Amino acid sequence: MREPPIRPGAVIDGFVIGECVHRGGMALLWSVTHPDIATPLLMKVPRVSEGEDPAAIVSFEMEQMILPRLSGSHVPACFGTGDFARQPYVVIERIPGDTLYRRLNELPLGYAEAAAIIGQIAVALADLHRQNVIHHDIKPSSIMFRATGEAVLIDFGLSHHNQLPDLLQEEFRLPYGTAPYMAPERLLGRRDDPRSDLFSLGVLAYFFTTGVRPFGETETLRGMRRRLWRDPYPPRKLRPDYPPWLQESVLRCLEIEPVWRHPTAAQLAFDLGHPDQVKLTGRAEKLERDPLRTVLRRRFNRGLTLEAPPKSDVAAHLASSPIVAIAIDLDEASEELSQALRVSAERILATLPSARLACLNVLRLKRLALDRTLDEQGHNKHIDRLVRLRHWATPLKLGEDRLSVHVLEAVDPASAILEFAAASQVDHILIGARQHSLARNILGSVSAKVAADAACSVTVVRPPLRTQGSG
Amino acid sequence: MRLAIFADIHANRQAFSACLEAARAQGSERIVLLGDYVGYGADPEWAVDTVMDLVEQGALALRGNHDQAIGTSSETMNAEAQAAIEWTRGRLSAAQRRFLAELPMTIREEDRLYVHAEASQPSRWRYVRNANDAAHSLMATDAHVSFCGHIHQPAMYSMSAAAKMTSFIPTARVPVQMLSGRQWLVVLGSVGQPRDHNAAASFAIYDTKRREVTYHRVPYDVEAAAQQIRANGLPLWLADRLRVGR
Repeated sequence: MREPPIRPGAVIDGFVIGECVHRGGMALLWSVTHPDIATPLLMKVPRVSEGEDPAAIVSFEMEQMILPRLSGSHVPACFGTGDFARQPYVVIERIPGDTLYRRLNELPLGYAEAAAIIGQIAVALADLHRQNVIHHDIKPSSIMFRATGEAVLIDFGLSHHNQLPDLLQEEFRLPYGTAPYMAPERLLGRRDDPRSDLFSLGVLAYFFTTGVRPFGETETLRGMRRRLWRDPYPPRKLRPDYPPWLQESVLRCLEIEPVWRHPTAAQLAFDLGHPDQVKLTGRAEKLERDPLRTVLRRRFNRGLTLEAPPKSDVAAHLASSPIVAIAIDLDEASEELSQALRVSAERILATLPSARLACLNVLRLKRLALDRTLDEQGHNKHIDRLVRLRHWATPLKLGEDRLSVHVLEAVDPASAILEFAAASQVDHILIGARQHSLARNILGSVSAKVAADAACSVTVVRPPLRTQGSG
Repeated sequence: MRLAIFADIHANRQAFSACLEAARAQGSERIVLLGDYVGYGADPEWAVDTVMDLVEQGALALRGNHDQAIGTSSETMNAEAQAAIEWTRGRLSAAQRRFLAELPMTIREEDRLYVHAEASQPSRWRYVRNANDAAHSLMATDAHVSFCGHIHQPAMYSMSAAAKMTSFIPTARVPVQMLSGRQWLVVLGSVGQPRDHNAAASFAIYDTKRREVTYHRVPYDVEAAAQQIRANGLPLWLADRLRVGR
């Protein structure tokens, strides 16, 4: 009992078919309307006639399972699905505008614009990964932008949902996806590592900033496998003015081993949002590819090129790599409180080797008086505080790639901390309780406001309780 | 309609009571029992009485290998299972034994098949250990979704129109849609003797309208169930394994 074929004017489950807006290899996109839904809508219908690639069907099944589970501004909202028993379709929100593919003729983009775009995509990926989904097809044509600037990821036909059956896992002998963007571990059959998306984003970042695809356009398995041992030319070789911090970030995304990439998309977004805090390693200055002996070692390292590690859990991976922000009051905090904060931070960092710590201090601006950045002695207050924050963090003995320091200039400290946390995808805030009750009475408690209003976990730290002396 | 599906209750009163309550809380409208009501656990009379009552109220119930062994001893059982069966046989009334012996091996309802072990040869009691075993079962039926138990470890398999298999370990409380373009084999975990290193009792809800299967895990009073096993002189391992879920 088949529904009437899809054509303009037909009605399927209440959706009125409009015009066909796109004819892709795997699916057709129709603009549709529904009397009860104001949002502009698209109906995606797989090509399932005889002779079509069975991959089109399986990809469609994956989208059908995954899209209704997703939420938030970084994915198109899903309004309905129809299955193969009748008429297969998914109806999704129509995002106005073009995909990033439209910009390919403008490449290379300026560094600042490219970094902003990549940062937005990283934020979108972080949101997707938090929903237990790995996209697996990050490329310019899978990315759109809302008018508000947020990146929207589309096309989930190759995606992996950590809590749903992966129909693509065993369906095809060869890894399925877009060859130039595919992460090396995908070639080994791994589909459960969210850092595969960071590699693809690294390819996109490289391409958008240099105009060249790092691994070419090869489509053969043999050509694709080269990326298991051969690294791309460093961007600085192609553009001598390439910013070191950007090369550091892009080449880190393109690391062959997932473990050498940023632990999470949120941490990559953090780096892109704070270029001055990116820890520069040998990657930043590289002008040549890795030496031949390194490449040969990788080439014949069977562990790297042959075996797939055991299945990993996306949620557990994300939970092991949080961004922790610690708010330090350099003016008021007693040495005891300062030490208590350090101990709390130490505990978290010792348990979670992939966690990173952002040390914050708020430089209060007076509401009325014109602020001077120099104090009476002529020191720059901002720089002075950065130095003191680093000094505070020294005993933690963190590698530079796990530590960053930030002085926020603001009238209201609590709001400044909350804004930083939201913008930087902070997972956990540590903050000291204000000690002096007089100040707290007058100014209100910063920690209480942060704890009440933060979107993430907040730990309010106090120094250890000491028994009061008698008399 | 929301079906609550239970497998491998194994005379564990504490676990089964907790699961029935959890299923009611999930809005279950009908009960399907995939067999093995007795064996291993210490409260077979209650378990069988409860199943008989449920069947009277419209529940579907299948025969499992332990239920069958009450009437006809099986050579394939290990010593502990055999000891529990001998003990159980003495506890059950003639009516209860007859009830177990007369239960069907498979039930077909609409596009669903229920079977205790697997569908290719239900009376051979073969375990579904992997996608290959699942493929045998799925090829033996045209049902869209088959439900089985027997192995005490939750798993889900699907077979595409091109006979490609996928396997999956379900996550509790996350609904999985039984897409219509393929056949599915839903392997239930055990109510009364989980063996997937999780001591909590396991059951599933199938929403026939949404075509979604949701696994649930229910903590129950494991210590009371273990104590009852020890108090009745059954093999001690049958008590210990409940705590570790294996």
